[in-house]
Amino acid sequence: MTETNENEERVPRRVIGTPTTPASPLGEAPVATQAPPDPGVKAADEDGARRAERIVALLFTITFLAGIAFIVSYVYFQVGDIDKTATSNLALGTSLSVALLALAVGIVVWVRQIMPKYNLIQERHPMASSTADREYVSETFVQGANESGFVKRKMLRRTLLLAAAPLGLLPIILLRDLGPMPGVSLRHTVWKKGLRLTVEGTGQPIRASDFDSPGGILSVVPEGYEHDLNALAKATLILIKLRPQDIKAGTNLNWTHDGIIAYSKICTHVGCPAALYEQTTHHILCPCHQSTFDAADGAKVIFGPAARPLPQLPIAVDGEGFLVAQSDFDVPVGPSFWERGDAEAEAREKKAS
Amino acid sequence: MTLTETPKAIAGASTFVDDRLGAGPFLKRNLRKIFPDHWSFLLGEIALYSFILLLLTGTFLTFWFRPSMGDVVYNGSYAPLQGVEMSEAYASTLHISFDVRGGLLIRQMHHWAAIMFIAGMMAHALRVFFTGAYRKPREFNYLIGVILLTLALFEGLTGYSLPDDLLSGAGLRITEGVILSIPLVGTYIMTFLFGGEYPGDDIISRFYTIHILLIPGILLALITAHLILMWVQKHTQQAGPGRTEHNVVGAPFYPAFMAKAGAYTLFTFAVITLLATFAQINPIWLFGPYTPADISAGSQPDFYMGFLEGSLRLMPAWEINVWGHTLPMSVLIPALVPLGIVMTGLALYPFLEQWVTGDRREHHMADRPRNNPHRTAIGITAVTFYGLLWLLGANDEISANFKIPLYVTTIVGRFLIILGPVLAYWITYRICIGLQRRDGELLSHGVESGVIKRLPHGEYIEVHSPPAHDLAEHIRGARKAIPAIDAAPDADGIPPKTARGPLGKLRTMMSKTYASAVLPLEDGHGNGHHADGEHAAVGAGEQKELH
Amino acid sequence: MIGTGISVNSITAKRRHPLARFAVVALALGILGGGYALTTPTGGTADAAVASGRADDVSEGRNLFVAHCASCHGWNAEGTAKAPTLVGVGAAAVDFQVSSGRMPAADAGAQVPRKPLAPWVTPATTAQLAAYIQSLGGGPTVPSKEQVNPAMGDAAKGGELFRANCIQCHNFVGAGGALTYGKYAPSLNEATDAQIYEAMVTGPQAMPVFNDATITPDEKRDMIAYITGVRSQVDPGGSGLGRIGPVTEGLVGWIVGLSLLILAAIWITAKKRQTS
Repeated sequence: MTETNENEERVPRRVIGTPTTPASPLGEAPVATQAPPDPGVKAADEDGARRAERIVALLFTITFLAGIAFIVSYVYFQVGDIDKTATSNLALGTSLSVALLALAVGIVVWVRQIMPKYNLIQERHPMASSTADREYVSETFVQGANESGFVKRKMLRRTLLLAAAPLGLLPIILLRDLGPMPGVSLRHTVWKKGLRLTVEGTGQPIRASDFDSPGGILSVVPEGYEHDLNALAKATLILIKLRPQDIKAGTNLNWTHDGIIAYSKICTHVGCPAALYEQTTHHILCPCHQSTFDAADGAKVIFGPAARPLPQLPIAVDGEGFLVAQSDFDVPVGPSFWERGDAEAEAREKKAS
Repeated sequence: MTLTETPKAIAGASTFVDDRLGAGPFLKRNLRKIFPDHWSFLLGEIALYSFILLLLTGTFLTFWFRPSMGDVVYNGSYAPLQGVEMSEAYASTLHISFDVRGGLLIRQMHHWAAIMFIAGMMAHALRVFFTGAYRKPREFNYLIGVILLTLALFEGLTGYSLPDDLLSGAGLRITEGVILSIPLVGTYIMTFLFGGEYPGDDIISRFYTIHILLIPGILLALITAHLILMWVQKHTQQAGPGRTEHNVVGAPFYPAFMAKAGAYTLFTFAVITLLATFAQINPIWLFGPYTPADISAGSQPDFYMGFLEGSLRLMPAWEINVWGHTLPMSVLIPALVPLGIVMTGLALYPFLEQWVTGDRREHHMADRPRNNPHRTAIGITAVTFYGLLWLLGANDEISANFKIPLYVTTIVGRFLIILGPVLAYWITYRICIGLQRRDGELLSHGVESGVIKRLPHGEYIEVHSPPAHDLAEHIRGARKAIPAIDAAPDADGIPPKTARGPLGKLRTMMSKTYASAVLPLEDGHGNGHHADGEHAAVGAGEQKELH
Repeated sequence: MIGTGISVNSITAKRRHPLARFAVVALALGILGGGYALTTPTGGTADAAVASGRADDVSEGRNLFVAHCASCHGWNAEGTAKAPTLVGVGAAAVDFQVSSGRMPAADAGAQVPRKPLAPWVTPATTAQLAAYIQSLGGGPTVPSKEQVNPAMGDAAKGGELFRANCIQCHNFVGAGGALTYGKYAPSLNEATDAQIYEAMVTGPQAMPVFNDATITPDEKRDMIAYITGVRSQVDPGGSGLGRIGPVTEGLVGWIVGLSLLILAAIWITAKKRQTS
């Protein structure tokens, strides 16, 4: 504002007492090189500016009051249940919004109505340095390179590069202990012979005779692993009860019990739990990318990006009539990975031999 | 009251600083630095101020958030989850939401600011692309921008995962699946990232470090560089009276631009606060704690990841098994190709355009999108491609809310993703040419005044008035020929080296096409014999002059 | 059909007996002459076979059935090409379908939607119709008030079961979602306590069955407590934006957030028309 106002009024500088040090970067330069009023700076209309000042002052006052309201809201509205939190959020948010908004609007009115209208012009200069500068730099570079001996002394240069190589690798080496090697961890789940199936959420083992409604489905986890997320990430099942006449050839009947079939819940596309089951069509739909599997036909893919059926878990009943696994899955569950190979074909060959 | 000299307090302090730093010359040059005015120049500032707000609100959140996957039983004040087993990360996010005053507001502001950060960056990137503001000398700054956008996506992804709720867990699971699909090293990256099997115990704390330290640090450094380069190179400006390639016209930094920037900061904060007050975002208490066994219908990523979700959904099943190894193409292609096309295309475009046009000059005037129809059409094609993928990432919501069968959305989407961009190119190109013609008519015929006049011999004409001075200058100043490479054969009929071979021929062809899309401007009429502002609108044959 | 009524009455007296449901099945089979191969086991308790099973209810129900249902489901509810058999679906299925307006169906789309009730549908007529269908082949019965009273359920436990079994189709707050071929999981916002229970035990349309042996009635009540509790809960952070997750959030960010900021930018940079 200093410069603008002085442009208009041209009041001579008053120097009272000891003159200030002439080095002030804010105070000195513009005053000393006072130019005639710039045509690019058009002062605001004074009447309008006076009106605007009142509006701006009102807006700033609103910000002040809203700020107070925020503090009051903070003290007055406690949190601790959902309704209280809702009230607190509304009070804090509204007061903060009003405070910020009024201040923003106030400043814009200030800029637009009180500050001058600017249409100033500044020259651009090409970004490139002058030829002389470039030449100087280039010469200095060559000179320095020669002085350092880096160009001439081969052994120095080569051993320096040699020295740098392992140092550059160190950060990567240090990351090795981030995790174990993958090994065969992706090929196995915790399912094993005799391990009981339990209902997810209740932890109850499932009596085959209880799961007797065709069209029924359950989300199933292995007994004892209800809260082991690493185990669940691979071992979660969907258990489906079908009418025997609905089951098609793709399903391995030896692995079912009385129309009860267990499939891996982990989608073979990228691993979401594929769990939307339509009992009328026997479709299992994955909600992430809509791969669809036919539960009656060995969970073969009928739509979507998944390339493989959901693996079927061999199940049976134990002495007490509870559903148990016959073994682990015969193929890796979940999304495909580089080392997986055509595990289905291998499993078929193994069975045939 | 008018100041006649710097107040003592400020003078004293600035002298103190100047004695030690010598800031005088810098301030002398920069206090009155000129900034051109246009609303579209503020789009990047949305991202900048959102980033500042992200740092502020994020710091607040770290005071209570516990980046741990350790099991706890929730006993906070949100009743429907009391007694439920969950991770500490999730429990502490619930704590912030329900037991810290202002916690929910700040959490929501943080998430809304993240949305506005990336939305602002995208809008800014589009402005820069369509006005050609990436051209020499601004290629570096443009590349920094592309890196910033890419980093912001990862910043968003890591932040989205931190609360460890059921929805974010679904995103993490998909991330795992995508990493696993990478040939050769996928399983290694997966076990290293997750510290063993998925989900393990480490991923939240690792993402936390990446989210609050690593990426923000890089973002901060690059944003600073972005601003310094913008400052040094001066902002581009739009064509208008008195504006040339060699000047910049506008308002000085001090006081006008500074105040405007301050006001816009407050506007950005205010809009984000308004959203956080009246629009609930990421209600993690409704999602429940993460378990890999469960998932919700309509599980979606935040908007900026929507295009990846869409491409994963569109892809038909395809997996290659050779020599005991697996290439899950239906994961690899959708996860890498669209992101690759969009980001690489964005990064390379300035250089491709230079190669095609052979234009090595500096440019400081913003193009009007219509005046470079091929560039604009390419941009709109990319936007259509991205937009369709984004839209189809929500195909389940579209299906559920508009009662369109789910598979229909997918199958239609598979065709649209090819046809849509092609169609968009053609339509955009035609619109640009049409707009150029209209500009030409505006200059040569003037603006329709709505006044109908009957001439003595009975003919009716509409009175046209010439366009306003600044508008005419804007149109004229922005319409520049696009250079083409010189491919004319020499005296012996041999084309120059650059135009030889299949690549050279392609380049020549593209160069010609690119350049020919600018129609020459003929505005002799407006200033010539129709200076009286009248023009026969009926029966005139001027159309031919405009091609 | 009077005979049927009497036999149901005799069950009513012993409805707590563990063999009650088998008795229902056996008697119904006997009365119908064993004409139907029962492929749909019952699953439900005979608890409320029950209050509704008076003789005149059954005959009234038969009349209602003939008037409103028989054209699709067959003269004796044996099913036709248009609609499945209702033998063995139980009173719960009837109460769910009729009280939610789904039945009688208006047209044969991919899925029969919830709609306003037909004028003849009242709690009384629904109960009569249910009694008639129950008399045909047993099946899950209408739950008692107490059985579905949310106040008696444990919402937190119900939430875990809800997330394990329901949200994959109905979304995390029961807002609904898409299924294949135009089918969809409906929103649970309008479902009554009893309807939620009935849907679980009967598996209407594409929905699978969650019988009482694997998810107990108490656990179902917990789920009802969670569903009804969360759907009536306020959204503390402002508008819930449909409670469908990030899709609407992204739209609001672009349409509301970015538009407001662009308007602000236009205002800040607009050319001043000053009077000077």
